Amino acid sequence: MTALRFPTPPVHEAAETLRAEVRAFLTDVLADRSPLQRADSWNGFDRDFSRKLGQRGWLGMTWPKQYGGHERSAFERYVVVEETLAAGAPVAAHWIADRQSGPSLLKYGTEEQKQTILPGIAAGETVFCIGMSEPDSGSDLAATRTRAVPVDGGWHVTGTKLWTTGAHHADYMILFCRTSGTAADRQAGTSQLLVDLKATDGITIRPIIDLAGQHHFNEVHFEDAFLPSSALIGTEGAGWEQVMSELAFERSGPERFLSSMQLFIELIGALQGSTSEAAELALGRLTAHLVTLRRLSRGVAAMLEAGENPGTHAAIVKDLGATFEQELGDIARNLVDAEPDTASTSDFIAVLAHNTGNSPSFSLRGGTREILRGIIARGLGLR
Amino acid sequence: MELNDVGAMLADTAERLFTTHGDAIEGAGRDGGWADAAWAAIEESGLPLALVPEEHGGFGIPATEALALIRQTGRHALALPLPETIVANAALASAGLPLAEGPVGLAERANARVPWGRFANTVVVATDGGLQRHADLPVAAESTNVAGHPRDQLSIPEGNAGAAAAVPLLELGALARALQMAGALERVLELTVEHVSSRVQFGRPLAKFQAIQQELAKLAGEVAAASAAADHAADAYAVGGDLTFAVAVARTRIGEAASKSTAIAHQLHGAIGFTREHALHRFTTALWAWRDEFGTQRHWTLALGKRALSAGRDCYWPMVVAA
Ligand SMILES: Cc1cc2nc3c(=O)[nH]c(=O)nc-3n(C[C@H](O)[C@H](O)[C@H](O)COP(=O)(O)OP(=O)(O)OC[C@H]3O[C@@H](n4cnc5c(N)ncnc54)[C@H](O)[C@@H]3O)c2cc1C
Repeated sequence: MTALRFPTPPVHEAAETLRAEVRAFLTDVLADRSPLQRADSWNGFDRDFSRKLGQRGWLGMTWPKQYGGHERSAFERYVVVEETLAAGAPVAAHWIADRQSGPSLLKYGTEEQKQTILPGIAAGETVFCIGMSEPDSGSDLAATRTRAVPVDGGWHVTGTKLWTTGAHHADYMILFCRTSGTAADRQAGTSQLLVDLKATDGITIRPIIDLAGQHHFNEVHFEDAFLPSSALIGTEGAGWEQVMSELAFERSGPERFLSSMQLFIELIGALQGSTSEAAELALGRLTAHLVTLRRLSRGVAAMLEAGENPGTHAAIVKDLGATFEQELGDIARNLVDAEPDTASTSDFIAVLAHNTGNSPSFSLRGGTREILRGIIARGLGLR
Repeated sequence: MELNDVGAMLADTAERLFTTHGDAIEGAGRDGGWADAAWAAIEESGLPLALVPEEHGGFGIPATEALALIRQTGRHALALPLPETIVANAALASAGLPLAEGPVGLAERANARVPWGRFANTVVVATDGGLQRHADLPVAAESTNVAGHPRDQLSIPEGNAGAAAAVPLLELGALARALQMAGALERVLELTVEHVSSRVQFGRPLAKFQAIQQELAKLAGEVAAASAAADHAADAYAVGGDLTFAVAVARTRIGEAASKSTAIAHQLHGAIGFTREHALHRFTTALWAWRDEFGTQRHWTLALGKRALSAGRDCYWPMVVAA
């Protein structure tokens, strides 16, 4: 099947009722958030906001009630995610956990892990980070060098994780590492371990400052850090299969084309009163892209709801989404005269500057463009 | 018969007819002729009535299934005005006019370049006063599009009186082209995957080279986007949503996908794809033409841009979600 069809997202009445509630809530709690702050939705870390979402029942929405979830549909969750992102809400304190760590634990975790961890995520209390990348293992995740050596009652972990977003805030990390064999075994012999970052000795977290001067990612060094046997997620040696499933969760959401929404909105604001055809043509084209991306992305939600694996489809949406977002800045610069500056009193100019400094990451984080296209090519049967 | 059986049966019939008569249609089209037997068989099958409600003499199948037949014509790059005839009959029925006899020349305005105008037995014209139905109109000027398909100006009688139709003819024609393009793009992807999998250079199939894989992944992304945009417009028609907006989205996004996809497909096919011998050109030349028919790509993009600009910064996102 070379024609990759995306399922039709169903019309979901309950989700649309929910949308009105979410919008009203966001209008209220985000009233004081400036456009520049809104543009930084991904990195906005605000435990208070996440707790409020949790109190509303808008985290862990699709999970079983016994783990603090709300047993709602993937479409209702989708509404909450897209509305919070489109509004530029600070999502950093909950969304890694809500989007991928929680679903992974639900799928592979032990009963004890599910009972102790998931309710906290659903309440917006528990912050997660992703321990995949390393200095010598980026796209080539199977080259992991971090090693957990079995000892009495658990493991001793040594190694370095890199680019770990939010590790300095996080309560837990899902660590991908080698638990047996050697680097030559590649995918075999890898596992996922749950790391309690607040209660484990031998872990050093060092900030890394991005090119725009922001601190969101970190280097996390493990030196003989002891993890108990109960830290194992899923099956020892099945880490590769599990981490691929986690990445499908990571790539499947609308954040992959909504992280620059604030720039789009400010651009429309900056163009008010314009009768330029160039501006209309550009906005028309971008709107067609956006509406289509939403349709594709809701198709992925339909696949998740049906229990299907949307790996290839999610890669397509993420690749198209990153391309769309990376074009935005240059399109805006061509339509409105501006020298980008985050300190500008013009919202458009400040947001443009923020976007300029972030845009290289869109096609890197969560799997690079080239890796995604490799996944799509595999889906086409070429490799 | 169950309704969903009727839809499936029509799809099967269409597939059989388009395949059986494919060469004849293609041959006739290339010489500026008309595949009489093929059209007769298509008419006999009832396909032109697919989108007509049951009470007006149609099958009463869901609109999305009827529109899927138009997409199927695109998968064959069908060189006959069946898409036009399908949507024209729906328009005629909604306006309380008699259904078409023979192939329809669909004119979204009086001086339009009417697809297969010289062969049309019925001409359906949109005027300011509403829909008009004419029989056999004389040709004022013959021309062809870049796919070599007839696009003719007809001598349409003056006068603006017409019947009120449910949906503007321009939108219907544009929806048809969106669906045809989505179908054709799916075939372009399939043909390209087949080609790079079988063509060997440097001792291995082209498909094994990463540079080729990356280009095909881009092509697949464009085709997926086109497909979704076409589905979106078809759904808007089926549920009575804002068709003008959905069609504008579809034609803007699919037009871009057509440009990007045809470029990649030709690059990966090499010289053989640049010939009349190879099937690829039937799809790519049709795509190049279709992206600007029933409203140019620029027309639809501008229409959408005006909507975006007038929504303003506060109402833009709600507009996107409601689309
Ligand atoms: C803002 C940000 C946040 C991040 N957060 C996290 C996090 O929380 N947790 C975490 O684990 N990681 C995180 N990452 C890391 C991210 O997952 C990696 O950057 C990514 O996987 C690529 O790895 P790399 O940077 O080592 O690049 P490399 O793998 O070295 O790639 C460099 C270039 O080579 C290309 N390339 C590599 N291999 C191939 C190949 N086989 N064929 C063709 N081209 C190839 C890549 O596509 C890329 O263009 C984050 C990254 C960013 C930018």
